[in-house]
This record gives sequence, structure tokens and C-alpha cells, in this order.
Amino acid sequence: MIDFRLDSDYEDLRKTVEDFARSEVAPVIGEYYEHERFPYDLVAQMGRMGLFGLPFPESYGGMGGDYFALCVALEELARVDSSVAITLEAGVSLGAMPIYRFGTDEQRRQWLPRLCSGEMLGAFGLTEPGGGSDAGATVTSATARDGEWVINGSKAFITNSGTDITGFVTVTAVTGTKAGGGKEISTIIVPSGTPGFTVDAKYSKVGWNCSDTHGLAFSDVRVPEENLLGTRGKGYNQFLSILDEGRIAIAAIGVGLAQGCVDECLRYVAEREAFGHKIGDFQAIQFKVADMESRTHTARLAYYAAASKMLRGEPFKREAAIAKLTSSNAAMDNAREATQIFGGYGFMNEFPVGRFYRDAKILEVGEGTSEVQRMLIARDLGL
Amino acid sequence: MTNIVVLVKQVPDTYSERKLTETDHTLDRESADAVLDEINERAVEEALKIKEAGEGEVTVLCVGPDRATDAIRKALSMGADKAVHVSDEALHGSDLVATSRVIAAAIGKLDSVDLVIAGNEASDGRGGAVPAVVAELLGLPQLTHAHHLAVEGSTVKVDRETADEGITHLEANLPALVSVTEKINEPRYPSFKGIMAAKKKPVETYTVADLGIDAGEVGLTNAWSAVQSASPKPPRQAGERVEDDGEGGTKIAEYLVGQKLV
Repeated sequence: MIDFRLDSDYEDLRKTVEDFARSEVAPVIGEYYEHERFPYDLVAQMGRMGLFGLPFPESYGGMGGDYFALCVALEELARVDSSVAITLEAGVSLGAMPIYRFGTDEQRRQWLPRLCSGEMLGAFGLTEPGGGSDAGATVTSATARDGEWVINGSKAFITNSGTDITGFVTVTAVTGTKAGGGKEISTIIVPSGTPGFTVDAKYSKVGWNCSDTHGLAFSDVRVPEENLLGTRGKGYNQFLSILDEGRIAIAAIGVGLAQGCVDECLRYVAEREAFGHKIGDFQAIQFKVADMESRTHTARLAYYAAASKMLRGEPFKREAAIAKLTSSNAAMDNAREATQIFGGYGFMNEFPVGRFYRDAKILEVGEGTSEVQRMLIARDLGL
Repeated sequence: MTNIVVLVKQVPDTYSERKLTETDHTLDRESADAVLDEINERAVEEALKIKEAGEGEVTVLCVGPDRATDAIRKALSMGADKAVHVSDEALHGSDLVATSRVIAAAIGKLDSVDLVIAGNEASDGRGGAVPAVVAELLGLPQLTHAHHLAVEGSTVKVDRETADEGITHLEANLPALVSVTEKINEPRYPSFKGIMAAKKKPVETYTVADLGIDAGEVGLTNAWSAVQSASPKPPRQAGERVEDDGEGGTKIAEYLVGQKLV
């Protein structure tokens, strides 16, 4: 029979990140969130702990771990705060992973050591103002001219794209027409500060308020031809594989948020009294908490299963979609129930559950909406 | 080359409710999560800093039950090189004198120790005497309550800080024993690389007999002190209220002086 316990390496990592989240993130994150500030000092600490290098080989400055180690770390961070978790998720899985997966050895040596140490963040520019889920509708273009790519267009909702330590954005762009008439999409590395590349002011968001998100504009941006990432015309396949992995990571964040709701409620119902009893004595509350725990547990097993298929090198698209769908549902439901249990206090920003409520919604949207997950599952079933 | 031994202890997590057992009033190890003591983490950090600034080897030494291996592994995953674990049923309930004897004997098993670093107290027992007793037993200079530590050649310099005496600058020739306070540094979190490497690092395990100590000299029945009874901490009393009738500031100052807080 399958053993669902974590191996001791993963369990020790989990405990380490749990301790970090509880001791370093929890005391300060409310303040960052309220002022919508990017937590540079926490990111630096996470860098020193090697979290940004978890799935990469030591030869590139990584920790020699794997993608599941990243997921375990993300879950523990998101138990306390999702902004910090998504900063790590996007930094590793959208910033560094495409370079590692598709880059030349030179590109890897140029970027990965600083990405792994957390000194630099990379961003992934896929979504455009006119299209998210329909990623093939990319309008941004790149034309090869005199040994350079000339890029024009815009991107929307790009995480980690405008911090002081952002080094580059990997941009998907139309580089020509395929034999069948379809768009040829390629991926190009655009270093921060390249003339013509402008980062819009940060968005005012419903949640994830300490994560860095911007729209980007490209106006005759010129980068050397060798900034092409991977094979010309393979951009579409590249980002699809990146998104499949990313779904497992987002599922881990959803599980963390759902678990954080359970943690907070267990503390609260043991203290809060109504009608002469601790509210945890009331079955109405007990049932809510039991449901919250069940959803969290189920979603955790779903992402463990998807990650285990991925690490074995088997197709995992369906399992990743199921994990993300289950986890984002659990996060939304738990955040709603947790704020309900907290009553009026659940509506106050000073309590974490209010933050969890605001942070949960995006999990049904980012890295493929819940509808896209259902589409992928149905398609994989042959429908 | 500085050979450093760090004394580490596994304690109940201060975040959890800590209890004594009803049978023999020793620590109820099952009731709370067990962690590497917080001040010991700083002792390990200080040793690693010395090692990283020059050359050296860091050995962690732990006296505790089998499950203390978790605390040892944490220290190894932070970057310590090897460990010594003294684990023996006979040690259950040992007082700090017996514990110190065991520690001193274990240090005696190691080759050419230059520096022993300990926490000034553990967050559970808080006796705060083990470092001094170990130093006496080994005949080492003791530099306790350090909030700053520097090794320069064959000497160690320490800023000792206590509530009663303020700051004292101490210096001794190596080998020596230093105990550090929670102010000395911010310990690192282990990296995943460190976690994976820790499993491959050598841990030597000793019983008291291996150290040449008779089981009759240690343990609860041979302790010089005994806990007769234990009761939970009483709930916090309401504080003293000062109404400001124009003399509020003076009254608060008098109160603080009376409590020796200022």
C-alpha cells in the first residue's frame, strides 16, 4: 500500500518553513499587507534559506531538491500568508524554471545562480490585456531584424515584474506564421531596464496585496537574437508545460490557505465564548471545522498525487488540473466558513482569516481558471 | 583549526503547553512538540560563524532520550559537522550535576577540544548552571552569559551581560567554555541542501557505561533535589491601576523603581 507520510527530508523542510512562517512572516505580514508593500526582507531571508533554489541542481546554485519540495514549502508559507507564497511560486516556477528547462547552458549560468539565491527575481509575461486563458491569442510580436528581436505589445497581471530585484521578464510573442497559417509563438528574455520596456504602476488588487503585479508595455524593445529562450516556434508548448507544473504549486498554496483557516479557527473556537460556552462546544461550529479539515486533507492528497506522477515522469495533466480545482474550491470554501466563524472579527483586516478570504479568490483564476481545469479534465477523459 | 563542541538540548516547544508527568514529576515529553532549544540554536550559529570565518570543526553534543536525534539533526542541518548523542534509560530524571558529569565525560572522549559553547540556560529547566559545572569538571575557564564572542588566535574574548552587573569584558586562553545568551545572534534556518546532507553526517551514540559512569550515579533516584508537587501557573492577576490625578507619571516611575525595572 502507498505510504502517504512525507520522507524525512521533506518533513524536515516542512518543519523549517513552518517555523520560518510562524516566527518571521506572521508577526510582520499584516503591516506589509495593509500598506501593500513588497516584503523585501522576507524574500531575502527565503533566499538565504535556499527556497528559491529548491528544485534546481547545485551546479546552478540550487538546493538539489525537486518540485515537490517547492510545493511543501509553498503550503507552509501559505498557511500564514499567500502573498509571500506566490512570490516564491512565481519566482521559481515562472521566473527560474523556464530558464532551467529551456535555456542554453550559457543562459542558465547567466541567470540561475542569482535566481536561486533570491537576489534576483524573474517574471513570466504570458497573459495579455486581451487574453488570459486563450493564450494562443497572443498579440505581442517580435520581429527578427539585424541580429536583434524587436518586440512590441503589452502584457497584463505579471507577478514579480516590477520589484527592485527583478532581473528580466520572459515574454511570449508572435514571431511569424506557421506552415498551417497559425501563429508561431516563441519565448524571449527581456532584461529589466531595456529601452522601450516599461513597467506600469502596480495594480490595486483584491488580495495578494504584498505580491508585486504589473502590466508591461513593449515599444520597439530591442534585445539580442540569442535572448530567444528554447526553440523558435515552441513557445506555446513551453508555456503549457510550465503551466501544468505551476498548477500543482498553486494547488499547494490553496491547501496552505485552507489549512491556515483550520489553524486559525481551532485557536479561535477554543477561546471565544457565546451563550456561556466556548463556541467550539457547539456542534454547528464543530461541523464547519470538520468540513474545513476534510476539504484540506482531500486537496492535499490530490496535489501529492499529481506531484508524485510528475516526479515519476508520467503524464500528470489531469491530476494537476484536479488538484488545482479541488484545492482552490477548498480554499474558497474554508475562507468563507472561517470568516463566518470569526463573525464580526472575520471582517476585520487585523485577523488573518479576513486576509485569507481576500487571497482565496485569485486561486480560482490564476494559472488557469477553474473552468479551464474542468475543460482539461474532460478533455483528458476523451470528451 | 578550531575544534568546537556545542552543547544542545531537546526541549518542549515554548509554543505548546508544557507539563510535568503525574507519576514522577519529570518533564512530560509526550505532551508537547519537542524542538532544539532556541538558545542552543544560537550557540550552534555562533560556532558555525567561527568555523566559517576560518577553519574548524563543529561537533554537537546532546544528552537526551532517543528522540533527541531530531534536535541533533536540526543542528547538523544548520551546518554542524558531526554529533555525539548520550542516550541511556538510566539518565531519566537526572539533575543538573549528574547531567554535567555526563557531558564532561563525553567531551573527554573527543580529541583536542578548543572551545565548548553552550546556551546560558535551557528554556525548560532554566537551571542555568550546567555550563559552569561542566567547566569546573573539565578545569576550563568559564565565560558565561556572553552576548558577544570572538576567537582571536589562541584566546577567546567575550562580552558578558547580566542584569545585576551590566557588561563585563572577559578574555581567556583556549581551551575554554563559553555560554551564550539569546542576544548573541539570529540563528540561520537550515537549507534543504543542509537538511539532506545532515542525514549522512556521523552521529556517535554512547551509554553512560561507555563513558565510564556508573548508572547508580545518575537518574531520578540519585538526584540531589526532588520535585514534591507541581501545580499549574495561577491565572494572571489584574494589574495595578494608576489614575492620573496629575501625579500619574511619578506613580508609574515609583512603581517601576519598586519592581527594580528601571
